[in-house]
Amino acid sequence: MNRIHYLFKDRLALFSFLLITTTLLVGIFAPWVAPNDPQEVHMNLRFASVSWKYLLGNDHLGRCVLSRLIYGIRPSVLWVLITLAISVGIGAVVGFVAGYFKEKTDAFLMRICDIMFSFPGYVMTLAIIGVLGVGIENILLAFVLIKWAWFARIIRTSVIQHSNAEYVKFSKALGTSSFKIMRMHILPVTLPDIIVTSSSSFSSMVLQISGFSFLGLGVQAPHAEWGMMLNEARQVMFSRPEVMLAPGITTIIFVSAVNFFTDALQIALDPKLTPIGREHRKGLKQRANLHRGEVA
Amino acid sequence: MSILLISKLRIWDGSTGKVIIPAISFELNSGSCLAIVGESGSGKSLTCRAILRLNQRNIRQSGEIVFQGERIDRLAENEMRRRRGKQLYMIPQNGMRAFDPTSVIGVHLRDTLVHHFGWNRSEIVEKMKLAMQSVRLKDPVGIMNKYPHQMSGGMLQRVMISLAIVLEPDIIIADEPTSALDTVSKYEVIEQFCRLREKMGCSMIFVSHDLGVVRKIADEIVVMRDGNIVERGEASVLFAKPQHEYTRHLVASHAGIHEHFNRVIGGPAYVSR
Amino acid sequence: MNKMSRYILRRSLLAIPLLLVISFITFVLNILSPMDPAEVVLHAQGVPQITEDLLAETRTALGMDQPLFIRYLNWMLSCLQLDFGNSYVTGKPVWSMLGPAFLNSLKLTVISAVTVIVLSIGLGIICALTEGRWVDKSIRGIAFFLTSMPSYLLAALLVWYFSVKLDWLPTNGIDSVQSYILPVSVITISYAGIYFRIVRSSMLNHLNEDYVLYGRACGLPEIRITMRLLRNSLQVAVSIFFMAIPIILGSTVVIENLFAWPGLGMLSVKSILSRDFSIIQAYVLVLAAAFIAVNTFSDVINTLLNPKLREDS
Repeated sequence: MNRIHYLFKDRLALFSFLLITTTLLVGIFAPWVAPNDPQEVHMNLRFASVSWKYLLGNDHLGRCVLSRLIYGIRPSVLWVLITLAISVGIGAVVGFVAGYFKEKTDAFLMRICDIMFSFPGYVMTLAIIGVLGVGIENILLAFVLIKWAWFARIIRTSVIQHSNAEYVKFSKALGTSSFKIMRMHILPVTLPDIIVTSSSSFSSMVLQISGFSFLGLGVQAPHAEWGMMLNEARQVMFSRPEVMLAPGITTIIFVSAVNFFTDALQIALDPKLTPIGREHRKGLKQRANLHRGEVA
Repeated sequence: MSILLISKLRIWDGSTGKVIIPAISFELNSGSCLAIVGESGSGKSLTCRAILRLNQRNIRQSGEIVFQGERIDRLAENEMRRRRGKQLYMIPQNGMRAFDPTSVIGVHLRDTLVHHFGWNRSEIVEKMKLAMQSVRLKDPVGIMNKYPHQMSGGMLQRVMISLAIVLEPDIIIADEPTSALDTVSKYEVIEQFCRLREKMGCSMIFVSHDLGVVRKIADEIVVMRDGNIVERGEASVLFAKPQHEYTRHLVASHAGIHEHFNRVIGGPAYVSR
Repeated sequence: MNKMSRYILRRSLLAIPLLLVISFITFVLNILSPMDPAEVVLHAQGVPQITEDLLAETRTALGMDQPLFIRYLNWMLSCLQLDFGNSYVTGKPVWSMLGPAFLNSLKLTVISAVTVIVLSIGLGIICALTEGRWVDKSIRGIAFFLTSMPSYLLAALLVWYFSVKLDWLPTNGIDSVQSYILPVSVITISYAGIYFRIVRSSMLNHLNEDYVLYGRACGLPEIRITMRLLRNSLQVAVSIFFMAIPIILGSTVVIENLFAWPGLGMLSVKSILSRDFSIIQAYVLVLAAAFIAVNTFSDVINTLLNPKLREDS
């Protein structure tokens, strides 16, 4: 855990981490934290500016912008995090099985991944929304369906590298069960790789989900979501451009924090402490960057 | 008479300020071969590159480097470039990585020779052909049309030596030229280095951690450890009577390997008993 | 037939089973839908009262009473002739709507991909050559900020400034060359911010390679060295370029809707909202096929460029 200690020596990383955790906590405890009901309409307060009762002012229906931002954390961040965890979980299981047992199992699983890779992410998401209907749960389902293959591919590479290590061969020779070898020897060394890849897709997923809500395909009114708030703001963009500020800046700050933290995490987990060394991690980062390539 | 004089060379990391080599001084006599010996990380390669002023951007250096009576550490970059290759020629460690992987070997040879001498294509091919044959490379024209990955490390080292034959530099700096090679190619390459010296009478700086190789080629030896020179002297003297503890350790462990090797194959050590 | 063309042929043949699997998945997707297409069609045609008889009749007309595999084959064969059936909603042939939209999206994508790649290579080289100095730092800082921004927000800001405040550029549609400026800029900014980092790190990796050192030690001029560096590190750029085309094509959805660009993205969202499955299905199939084609092509190009890979193929 001394690497985590190393991570927090970086001020910016520490600050980003605090910002991310605060956001998560505020999202979880939204009903207690939010000053007002996010769905309460006050037509007399339309576009009201900042006041003590409504700290960030009111939107086009007179609803409290701050409360909507706080409730918006749930779909925009918390659900994305859960989706990410599920896809990484599936990816890890598949990656471990493929990388550890190799040969036919590996070939079979990787062909499935190849098929998943042939659908560009956005297209697959749109297809699933098209079939199952509009709504955030369908988008999240689509994300899981698309992303697991990606994680499986990367985790497999990492597992293959480690399962060739002498101590793993030694354990195998001793007759230790496969499950135990994976848990005791392979999981601890592949964990940094898993963390690096999954954290670097977090920010792109946050941006994508807000993009879909922006298009009206995600969260449905009257529920709050950052992307949807921006979409509502866009409709009055010509007369009141300042309405875009609150959700826009919130998104930028949060995504920046995630990006900063991811970069710091990559550096902290990088040093020659792991046997696979730099070259591999470099490749990993490059692939992760390419994957981040899908912009919302 | 010394052809290259280095005094108070100091090398440090510009970004962290960490000093790698505090201050070293040594000289290279005209026509002789100076070996720099030491473990990896002792600063040998950095010293070599510092002479040519080719260290990475964040590595800084100070101190005097006098080549043929001229302070080359003060030369402008384009003046310095004119001396690289033609007067000071360096052979890097790993032949497999020394050539541009996307073009055939001949491209680099031609670029270099055109740049320094302005020869035309057929002149270049003619001269390289002779040089390659003299280092026992078969089919020179074929080699010039090959990509680096299609050749072995030993062959590429010999290509670099043959380029030296054509360039006729005053000083050749060889940075661990044999460390990436297997025993047979190592032998061949060392032999070519020895012949190169005989033939051209050029001066040479030979960096290595392999004392067996050094013994064969060097006239003088400088032993480096952690960025400092711990001992220097004539090769024969130094091998016979190492003064510094570290040198003794190096020589002894080298002799140990030799002895072991001889014992295993039933060499002289076994016979003498 | 030489080795290279054999490789190209083999690589292209490899794409065929993938295409088959994908077309099958696309076909099945439609069946998984909870909505009955016959019902959708009747609704769209404005039939006042939908009876069971009418539904059955429509199903037969749509060929839905045949076994799954036969339906797939028929569908497949007509798809190969670009016949994707008729839109459930408008009744027009799908291709007559999809084709022009595809072309519009493609125009936007290719132009953006070119600007993305030019900017990425340019910035990547500048940053690599000035590594650690203020030019490098400030470019990376700005890029970091821009990639943290949702592209639709960036688009909205640009529209607000250039179209509303300055009234220089059109806000939507595809009327003139000026229409391209805003959407292309938004796409370029979002993607170049990511891709130039790849070019930069690839250049930096190569800068520490021995061939650079040896080239310099032989006294070669810096321009020659830079050319070698470029040739080596631009291989990454080539793969990025080809990777970027399908990714941009797939993700112009947001941009197209924002700028009312009559492309695939707008068509697909409109179809989703009106539940026009025949269009969604064709959209998925066409894009996945394009994706595979481009990937195959980029593999081949990469192999051609890299002598080492060429050897292994």
